[in-house]
Amino acid sequence: MLRLPEFTLTRPESLDAALALLKEHGDAALPIAGGTDLVPNMKHGLFEPKMVVSLADVPELHGVEETADGGLRIGAMTTLASLAVHESVQRYPVLAQAASLIAGPQLREVGTLGGNVMLDTRCQWYNQTYFWRKALGYCLKKDGTECHVVKGGKKCVAAASNDTAPALMSLGAVLELAGPEGAREVTIDEFYVADGIVNRDVRQGELLVAVRIPAPAAGHRSAYGKLRTRGSIDFPLLGVACSFDLDAAGVIANADLVVTALQARPTRARKAIALLEGADTSGEGFEAVIAAVAAAARKQCHPLPNIPGDHEYRREMVPVYVTRTLRAALDEGGPVHHI
Amino acid sequence: MKPDPARYVHGTDAPWDEFQVVGKPHRKVDGLAKATGEAVYADDIQLPGMLHAKTLRSPHPHARIRSVDTARAEALEGVHAVITGADLPTKYGVIPWTPDENALATDLVRFIGDEVAAVAAVDEDTANRALELIDVDYELLHAYLEPEESLERHDPAIHPDNKKGNISKHVELSFGEVDEALERAEAGELTLIEDDYTFHGTTHAPIEPHCAVARYSPDGLLTLWSSTQITHYVHRTLSAVLGLDPAKIRVVQPCLGGAFGGKSDPFSLEFCVALLAMRTGRPVKMLWTREEVFYAHRGRHPMKMHYKTAADAEGRVHAVDAKILIDGGSYSSFGLVTTYYSGQLLTGPYDFPAYRFDSTRVFTNKPPCGPKRGHGSVQPRFAFEVQLDEVAEAVGVDPIEIRRKNFQGEETETVNGQRITSNGFLECLARVEEASGWRERRGKLERGRGLGVAGSMYISGTNYPVYPNDMPQAGIQLKVDRSGVVTIFTGGNDIGQGSNSMVAYLVAEELGMDVAHVRVVAADTDLCPVDLGAYSSRVTFMVGNAAIDAARKLRAQIVEAVAEAWEVEPARVRLVGGRAIDLSDSERSIPTREAFQIAEVRFDTLGSTGSYNTPTLGGDYRGGTIGASPAYSFTAHVVEAVVDEETGRITVENCWIAHDCGRAINPMLVAGQMEGSAYMGIAEALMEEQEVNRFGLHRGPSLLDYTIPTSFDTPELHALIVESVDPEGPYGAKEAGEGPLHPSIPAISNAVYDAVGVRLRHLPFTPGRVLKELRAARESRAGESP
Repeated sequence: MLRLPEFTLTRPESLDAALALLKEHGDAALPIAGGTDLVPNMKHGLFEPKMVVSLADVPELHGVEETADGGLRIGAMTTLASLAVHESVQRYPVLAQAASLIAGPQLREVGTLGGNVMLDTRCQWYNQTYFWRKALGYCLKKDGTECHVVKGGKKCVAAASNDTAPALMSLGAVLELAGPEGAREVTIDEFYVADGIVNRDVRQGELLVAVRIPAPAAGHRSAYGKLRTRGSIDFPLLGVACSFDLDAAGVIANADLVVTALQARPTRARKAIALLEGADTSGEGFEAVIAAVAAAARKQCHPLPNIPGDHEYRREMVPVYVTRTLRAALDEGGPVHHI
Repeated sequence: MKPDPARYVHGTDAPWDEFQVVGKPHRKVDGLAKATGEAVYADDIQLPGMLHAKTLRSPHPHARIRSVDTARAEALEGVHAVITGADLPTKYGVIPWTPDENALATDLVRFIGDEVAAVAAVDEDTANRALELIDVDYELLHAYLEPEESLERHDPAIHPDNKKGNISKHVELSFGEVDEALERAEAGELTLIEDDYTFHGTTHAPIEPHCAVARYSPDGLLTLWSSTQITHYVHRTLSAVLGLDPAKIRVVQPCLGGAFGGKSDPFSLEFCVALLAMRTGRPVKMLWTREEVFYAHRGRHPMKMHYKTAADAEGRVHAVDAKILIDGGSYSSFGLVTTYYSGQLLTGPYDFPAYRFDSTRVFTNKPPCGPKRGHGSVQPRFAFEVQLDEVAEAVGVDPIEIRRKNFQGEETETVNGQRITSNGFLECLARVEEASGWRERRGKLERGRGLGVAGSMYISGTNYPVYPNDMPQAGIQLKVDRSGVVTIFTGGNDIGQGSNSMVAYLVAEELGMDVAHVRVVAADTDLCPVDLGAYSSRVTFMVGNAAIDAARKLRAQIVEAVAEAWEVEPARVRLVGGRAIDLSDSERSIPTREAFQIAEVRFDTLGSTGSYNTPTLGGDYRGGTIGASPAYSFTAHVVEAVVDEETGRITVENCWIAHDCGRAINPMLVAGQMEGSAYMGIAEALMEEQEVNRFGLHRGPSLLDYTIPTSFDTPELHALIVESVDPEGPYGAKEAGEGPLHPSIPAISNAVYDAVGVRLRHLPFTPGRVLKELRAARESRAGESP
């Protein structure tokens, strides 16, 4: 099998100790949560840390609690399996559903929310072995100068492939980060940037501590849709997070629609959202609204041949998955998944 | 001269009135060891002082090696030896007529991943570091990535020694009056369906990667443990390439984690660990990564097929005419046979009055193709069974009915001269028709849901050993212990299909023993008589017959000795339930152990040998023996598929698999083979694709990117065993491991047609392709309507 590079494993028992290790070792250190992404990436030679700092024993990163304002604070080390079934998380169907569809059952037992939020972008020219990438002559994201997705491209377009990212964006989540300069908070919208090399606004030595989600409105509706080849294991070929509030009359407010696995950053489908906002779901005209929303999302979403598979097909699936996810949210159903 | 084939026919009846072991769902003899982790696979072998070896591979799809400099690698601390193509210059190939492989490239590299050098070091990391220090100077050559280009262009040649340029093999055979039927079709007397079909490349993806361990003893004996399914051919090829006396080589196959045809060539790592062990005097292991397994490949050949079928108004087929372009990848492997099989194995279960095929295999700069479950015949079967559905539609006959109408019958001969013995195809059709509710449901389900049928046949071993000889194809040796244990020594390769269990059941049956008292020692060239290996679905038929042959000789001795001791006629002595009993005196019975001891007193140390060889078969023309088998299995599937017309995704909900395996020696294992075969076929149709990108790089050599179905993606598989009881099989048994793959792929296409009216002729049936076909159909309908 592929070999891991040599490294030292440390297991700090407090957040301060973890931050101190990261500060001390700088670029040579990387944090590891569940390792379901980092370990294969290390085997592919994409990361070669001399020190791996395990977050397993850091108590500050664990636990799920309801906040004073009725929202939720989820520790970064919360496993995806427990997140998917946690009672408090069920108030946010889009998040519970997205977590339930990440990877496969065994991986969800190990993989964490923090790890998924911090997931490296993916690309068919990047997530390959060292031998493969060397035969290719490498790529823009790692060790090379040329992008093989966009000919002559100067900006890496590796795809955001984390299912929780669009879900959390649609819920208005805030990230709590801790670093050598102290703690800071950033909205998840600001956190993701359109750069495939590193699509996260994360500073040297910083750790994700927790994810905070505001309280859901009484009429909160949301759902997640995921396109992938198999019924399990695979990263998204397309992910659609849909969230809105429904008033007693069936009118939509606070709509959000975020599509992922297209490019480096999850895409907020702004024109589609504008069409959704204020729409009356009880009226006859709503079918036309859905069609218009789907068409607007398709127009805005441009999957690139970054991740494996047929990108034209992924584009064709944007309106289908937007429509289905929207309906699922409205019907309090979902997730939208072929199995 | 081959001996009289009658010698190998043991009859189909139970040895003692009714079967004691055969036909019952016994546990596999190695089942517990595998389930508990006790089983020893090649990578579990650890020897004192063992070194680890790694392979340097070509980063170019086609290049000439100007020079290889290993000095820096050799200087690295911990490196014990570095070898290159110059150390192993002898070419080899599993088919002796096409030796075009080197263990390590001598002058040309022919695909990304081709082996160039190997290093043995104290550990894997050191070996990997050493690979980085080997300097290879390449002159890049034009790379052929499309088979059509290899037909047209031969400069540069992928194999400069090949007289036919970049053409690996061409076979054209014609039987009956094909042109006459096609002319009648042209004149409107017959219906003609003509179309193109595409089969993509797929690979085996066994869970165990290839692994080999070699030890070279001070007395000059080389032992190789390898995850191979062809111990005997590896033995012969090692001898030839290393220039060693075969008497100085022992090859052992440890427990093996899946092969499916992907371990039936001699592979580079076997020669490399052997030579590295000889050079260093220390044991050497090489375990390939998953990526390397994808490069080693030898999987299903991509084929571009053009078929014409002429049929009359009743749906009777009059002629079939096929032209096939086969993408062989970079080496010959079994390609000579593949090219013949692409035509020779289509001539059943239907009667073709006239048949012609013209198959051309070309070299390309891609991982080499070879035999994968259903070698050479899965692709044409897909094309023909879809075309037969089109014929059925054109003449207005039900798809199951048209298959019945064209049934060739039992005890017959195919148009290309192959002898058919037992043939349970009609019962297969009846079983899937009944189980699927075909009559009530087909053509009547809601839009988006459909049923499709397909049939097939496959060989139970091939008449022709890969190197011509008249020695037995299979041998068995039995050793009897005073404890009551019988040990079977078999050269057969158990690759998970259960062949070790199978011989244990047969010997237990013949000797009236408990299976638990039978031990099996297999696939060790020092200990076991030769068997040609686990390929062509030959093992149950051939090794099974050899096992009965050996057990029957032993049985005769035991019965005779006990009869003498009891002073009764031998006919009164029966071995059953672990005892020898007197049929006329219920008081008189002894444990088998005592019977063995009585026989040992009478005949001295007990033991026996048994053999099987094929009768002389095959058509009287060049290539006529390729595809000749002592018995053929037959299969019919009905698939129930649902098509999501918005996403293009096909979901196979049910697959009814009726398979004529002659006799189910262990119905549980037969059902397992049927389910596994259908699973694999459905996987190829819907998900799997082995392909290179525009650089010649494998698109995704990992089990994340090469998607094989998970349990979520696996339909309900209904195994319906049909037992035609073949006159020459062991108790009537035929193969079950490969035949049941074939119909699943065309049956999906045919079910999709029933569901949404679209003919899928090009694999794989990805959702994107299905959507395109649906759109084309809508556009053509819109164009037709006013």
